[in-house]
Amino acid sequence: MAAMGTSNPVKELIPVPLAEKCLSEERIAHLDRLVTQAKTAAAIFTQFTQEDVDHIVKSMVLAGLEQAQHLARLAFEETKLGVMEDKVIKNMVATEFAYNYIKDKRTVGIIREIPERNLVEMAEPIGVIFAITPITNPTSTVLFKCIMAIKTRNAVIFSPHPNAWRCSSEAVKIMYETARKHGAPEGVFSCLESHTLKDNAYLMGHRDVSLIDATGGTAAVRAAYSSGKPALGVGPGNTPVYVEKTADLDTAVVDIIVSKTFDNGTICASEQTAVIDDEIYDLVLKKFAELGAHICTETETELLTRTVIDPKTGFMQPSAVGQRAIDIAHSAGISVKPGTKLLIAEIKGVGREHPLSVEKLFPVLSVYRANSVDEALRVCVDLNHAGGVGHTAVIFSGNDEVIRKFGEVMNAGRIIVNAPGSVGAVGGVYNDLVPTFSFGCGTGGGNSTTDNINIYHYLNIKRLARRTQTHMWFRVPNQIYFNMNAVENLRQFPSRSTIIVTNPTLEQIGAVDLVRRYIPDGTHVHVSVIPDAEPEVQVITQGVAALNFYKADQIIALGGGSVIDAAKLMKLKYESPAADLEELATPFLDLRKRVIQYPTEKTIKVRLIAIPTTSGTGSEVTPFAVLTDKERGCKVTLADYSLSPDVAIVDPQFVMSMPKGLTADTGIDCLTHALEAGVSSYASAYTDANAMQAIRLVFKYLPIAYEHPHDEQARSMMHNASCIAALAFSNASVGVNHALAHSFGARFGVAHGRANALMLPHVIAYNAAVPAKFLPSPYQKGYVAHKKYATIADLLGLGGHTTEEKVKNLVTAIEQLLDQLGFPRSIAGLGISKEEFERAMPDLTRFAFDDPSWRSNPRMPLMSELVELFWNAYQGRGREKVASVFQQQSA
Amino acid sequence: MAMTTVWLKIDMERVVQSLQDAGRKLGGVEDELVLDFSSVLRVDSSALRAMAEFAAVADDNGVKIVLRGVRTDIYKVLKMVKLASRFSFSD
Repeated sequence: MAAMGTSNPVKELIPVPLAEKCLSEERIAHLDRLVTQAKTAAAIFTQFTQEDVDHIVKSMVLAGLEQAQHLARLAFEETKLGVMEDKVIKNMVATEFAYNYIKDKRTVGIIREIPERNLVEMAEPIGVIFAITPITNPTSTVLFKCIMAIKTRNAVIFSPHPNAWRCSSEAVKIMYETARKHGAPEGVFSCLESHTLKDNAYLMGHRDVSLIDATGGTAAVRAAYSSGKPALGVGPGNTPVYVEKTADLDTAVVDIIVSKTFDNGTICASEQTAVIDDEIYDLVLKKFAELGAHICTETETELLTRTVIDPKTGFMQPSAVGQRAIDIAHSAGISVKPGTKLLIAEIKGVGREHPLSVEKLFPVLSVYRANSVDEALRVCVDLNHAGGVGHTAVIFSGNDEVIRKFGEVMNAGRIIVNAPGSVGAVGGVYNDLVPTFSFGCGTGGGNSTTDNINIYHYLNIKRLARRTQTHMWFRVPNQIYFNMNAVENLRQFPSRSTIIVTNPTLEQIGAVDLVRRYIPDGTHVHVSVIPDAEPEVQVITQGVAALNFYKADQIIALGGGSVIDAAKLMKLKYESPAADLEELATPFLDLRKRVIQYPTEKTIKVRLIAIPTTSGTGSEVTPFAVLTDKERGCKVTLADYSLSPDVAIVDPQFVMSMPKGLTADTGIDCLTHALEAGVSSYASAYTDANAMQAIRLVFKYLPIAYEHPHDEQARSMMHNASCIAALAFSNASVGVNHALAHSFGARFGVAHGRANALMLPHVIAYNAAVPAKFLPSPYQKGYVAHKKYATIADLLGLGGHTTEEKVKNLVTAIEQLLDQLGFPRSIAGLGISKEEFERAMPDLTRFAFDDPSWRSNPRMPLMSELVELFWNAYQGRGREKVASVFQQQSA
Repeated sequence: MAMTTVWLKIDMERVVQSLQDAGRKLGGVEDELVLDFSSVLRVDSSALRAMAEFAAVADDNGVKIVLRGVRTDIYKVLKMVKLASRFSFSD
């Protein structure tokens, strides 16, 4: 990760697979021993508790603090880089600040509980980490990594920069001895003695090394990423700092000096180029000069450039890294005052033609005069992309809008506001960033994270996800009026302009006049008569035109399912003209997670009162509307609770004259609704209560209503059954029977109830068998469809001892009911030839599979099963036929 | 054919010593040696070394070693260091 390391050009890269060939057998054996030792330590470490590791960590932190000066001195003497006093501070930050952040963090066992999501996060150590440490922060990086590793129960093999080996290995030794003394496993840390890039390459590719944490030069980091192992690796920096005209200039100047001179600029998050607004440019430079910076002349800038930038590579000269400003000036032949802290040189642009626009890990700061905010931001983007993508950017400004814009355009893991870049990015000092000595630079820097690397990157975090008790619902219209003469309740609903949507038959028989009688006086009433068929888009469009013309505030839908569905869609389009019916019919898996949302913004509000004149669809209370798509030859179902009518009036006087065929068709539709809701994967105790009651009512009263159409009680009970079943399936939905019936009915022009009847026995046998494929459903525990059918059989008193017997008895009872109601036994019986049916099969299955109805079916229908179900329905029902299917499915 | 099983309890405080003692008894075991680990709460690197050596001697003597009552976290350690496959386990 970007550290605190130099980003020198790649000089040597040993491909991991070749490393083995380059090393002697003795060397490989030695490296293998180190890994085995670390692996054993990591394994033993897994037994440690949080208390165990916290105890060891604290002792290590104290030892690190105690040895901070000793280690800093060693580092300074060995590397000849930076400032000894600053290295002491770094060592203290690496121990004390890191400890302050991690001391209360859990890293063993359960580390976080999220009860509202039923999630528990648990820690799993990484195992063996191979860590490369840099020359610029040779001891602080080691201290930091050791503390992180122990906190997370990992073992580390260190590979220090060769020119910082003595101080780094001393830091490892201090940490190891302290850790061991307080109970850490033997071999938890080790350090390569004098080594080569071949050693690194071999260890990076070692099968028992789990993670590479490379803080250092670009070569090592590239090797880490090319090893094929998970790696935390470096991204070079080139931090721009924008000093905007509203900034507190005294703070900005001091902070930049603090940052750029800290350890002689070796922290790669430090500012490299200051982009300064024209209005304040001269003043800012004056303030820099007053505080000990030397502002270079054009000639001095040229001399400086030649000294600190390698003309061949365009990168900084390694010899300048971490050196004092005064020494760099001397090397360049620039005369500066004693005590000069920083050299400042103006640049006119970014790129190879402007050599000082690159990263400079020493106290040389380039400056750029910007004539506008936009220009300043553009130059900062250029700098960011000139070797610093993903790393760090800094802004000093009092303008929140400019700060926000800067944040948007900078691709940097850390965007430091009104604070020094280097110490600010390290975290925990000037801001609440996580303290670190490794900066994730995101994909721009070849990293997988933009985080400040911390203990959580040394852990595999496991998530224990408990089954969620999914929220369910039971939503129904808040007003349902039922029983004979319930239509009188229309008096309760005042309206200026009401449209009655109905069909020609109902208008002719005087049903509309009956309704008009109870509409409050003074209401302007218009009657819109639509064809007696499932609605098409054109019908909806015409209806909406009428609603607009009469400025309606109330719709009374008087009719069967088709009329009520049409009225629902008219209301939708009237209230939300932009609604696209085709788009709203987009298939979905879960109502609450659907992609297409129904409009909530309404330009006008209209009340919808539904008065059903058939006893089957239940459309007066459902959130569904079926639309016929003539072009595609199919029906599409729209579903949303906003489609539910506001008021339902379930008055049996409107069904007393229903013809026998319609009574049978709608009655079986009602039964299918109840049966499918009963076994639906969305079924609940609330929907079951309604489904079971509806089934009971249908079996008792449908034959009577069919045979004795004027039986008021039978009609009334069937009308209620229809509404009650709809309350169930409005919330539990339906199933594959409806998907098949929608597809088949649309293709062959067969009435919905009749299409349902043709499928019903086959679907029950299908659902009752062991599924070839279970439908994932968080709402139910176990497969219960067959048991629920058996419960229905018990409710109806059909007998049987086993579940299978009861299901068969239910199928038989349904078949008998269908026979009693005069339904054809097969699709073939409708006069559809086998060849025609076969030709239609691809479309039938495709549309059935697209139909959202089956999404709540207990068994997930495969395409091949849909084909089989269609053919079963084609061949027809019969006791033996269904039984054989049942057995076949069970087998 | 009758099977001879010898049962030894591993002392929690002296795992290495107990294993060394067990190793000395291997010669007298014909078929199977059961080591009761139920009182062992944690293993360290010396215990793992002793177990590896013990497994090697057992292999040489053709004796099956059954570890009884091994805590799951110790089992995980044995798995990680690839020692688990050298033993049989029982509750």
